[in-house]
Amino acid sequence: MSVRRSLAAMILPDRQADRVVPPSGPTAWLTTFTAGAMTFLAVFALALSLASGRLAERWAGALAGTATIRIAAPADQMAVQTAAVLDILKTTPGIASARAMTDDEQRALLAPWFGPDLPIEALPIPRLVELTESSDGFDAEGLRQRLLAEAPGAVLDDHTRWQRPLAVAASRLNLLGTLSMALIAATMAAMITLAANASLAANAQVIRVLRLVGAQDDYIAAAFVRRFTLRALTGSAIGAVAGTIGIALLPPVDEAGGFLTGLGFTGLGWFLPLALPPIAAAVALLATRAAAFRKLRELT
Amino acid sequence: MIAFENVAYNYGGGELLSEVSIRLAPGSFHFLTGPSGAGKTTFLKLAYAELLPTAGHVTVFDRDVRSLTRDDVAMVRRRVGVVHQDVQFLDHLPLAANVALPLTVAGRDGHMQDLTDLLGWVGLGKLADALPASLSGGERQRGALARAIIMGPDVILADEPTGNLDWEMSLRLLTLLVELNKMGKTILIATHDLNLIRQAKSLVAARVLRIRNRRIQLAGADL
Ligand SMILES: Nc1ncnc2c1ncn2[C@@H]1O[C@H](COP(=O)(O)OP(=O)(O)OP(=O)(O)O)[C@@H](O)[C@H]1O
Ligand SMILES: [Mg+2]
Repeated sequence: MSVRRSLAAMILPDRQADRVVPPSGPTAWLTTFTAGAMTFLAVFALALSLASGRLAERWAGALAGTATIRIAAPADQMAVQTAAVLDILKTTPGIASARAMTDDEQRALLAPWFGPDLPIEALPIPRLVELTESSDGFDAEGLRQRLLAEAPGAVLDDHTRWQRPLAVAASRLNLLGTLSMALIAATMAAMITLAANASLAANAQVIRVLRLVGAQDDYIAAAFVRRFTLRALTGSAIGAVAGTIGIALLPPVDEAGGFLTGLGFTGLGWFLPLALPPIAAAVALLATRAAAFRKLRELT
Repeated sequence: MIAFENVAYNYGGGELLSEVSIRLAPGSFHFLTGPSGAGKTTFLKLAYAELLPTAGHVTVFDRDVRSLTRDDVAMVRRRVGVVHQDVQFLDHLPLAANVALPLTVAGRDGHMQDLTDLLGWVGLGKLADALPASLSGGERQRGALARAIIMGPDVILADEPTGNLDWEMSLRLLTLLVELNKMGKTILIATHDLNLIRQAKSLVAARVLRIRNRRIQLAGADL
């Protein structure tokens, strides 16, 4: 009820009510600046959080995909061992499909390092078998044991060994980004509370007079809340624009960075910083309101 | 309107007021006298719920002040006009806006004609745009009286309203308060000024309360 009333009071400027509190104090700029700086930081935390979220998703997706078996055997045994491996895979639960790569495919894989004219038949290059997991996943350790017994030249190369930590790191980064945004909001609330307290203390005499002539707490609080909310909204809008421009000016890394997806926003993500100023305004509203009611009870 | 029932008050030292039982009936006109420091201002603060009694009951508009919420107190302040002994204004607003402040905070702006008339009545018509800091003590007191009555309160409590005024202006304010009393307002004036009391008695059926030995008694004809 009263929160709704102060929301209404915030949205509908009340010139008369605004005049009863002296125009501005030494802390006026502090709120605008804090909201601006914090929103600027929040834009980066938001971008980091979104980018690491995309990364985590991508790596986790790659994880639940494929593995490779590398067969290193003398040339005359290669065909036998490959057949043995494929047989084993057929009877291993949790494997959806398995397929030995052809020479052409292997040549294509190696081309970036050795050039297109690699005489692959003449080299002791291991044969690769690509396998796809079913949704249940397979028992990597059990498979390793069977391979050791029946196809000694075959080694299971489980991508998860190096991809899992990356996926974990990415989702940890995502968490840190989210946590940073929460901390930024909390810091802003604390700073605005300090500024509001300073302003309320500086206006203690005004508050006393207003109480004496019959002003309700809601009315007095609203005069302060409106000010701080508008200042936070202004500062935050500037910070959001500046932060978004900063992100937009980052060099594109999609190609050069390879697995890095870049810190930028994608698609509709570019509109997410627009949500920050209203959030900053809401934080300012609640912080100032709480400070005002505390001070009012203390003063009168 | 306002009733004290066996009220006691102390600020933490000894008891300042004891066993005070007084009823301010609707439409009554009272003076409150007593030596400096006797507790006149304290009595008024109890009457408009600025202070809560340490014992006994103060009832304002049929409600015990102890049961009032902060919003209720604000509502009481709108029905009780108070002229404070240490008049306080908002120093950044001109006198007219200060006088109209009770209307502003009640969301009842817009009676500008009333405001102009009222300022004329208390002799401040020319000072409407002056800032409080530039007003004399008497001008501040008159401004305070105007602020106290602009809401058309049921009760007017005035603490030394003529302390800084010459006799002519004192009479003018007294006449204004007597007029308001005739319109049915309940009036209480705390004052040292015995001449003012005598003058008032010739205009209205005023009763005089006197603080003596922590008690408040109705004074006899010996004034
Ligand atoms: N807030 C306070 N804390 C402690 N003591 C106080 C407080 N306010 C008033 N007193 C004391 O209470 C006594 C009565 O004060 P009060 O202001 O009611 O007197 P008064 O009758 O209005 O005096 P005056 O005629 O000088 O205005 C005084 O001795 C004063 O020092
Ligand atoms: Mg006094």
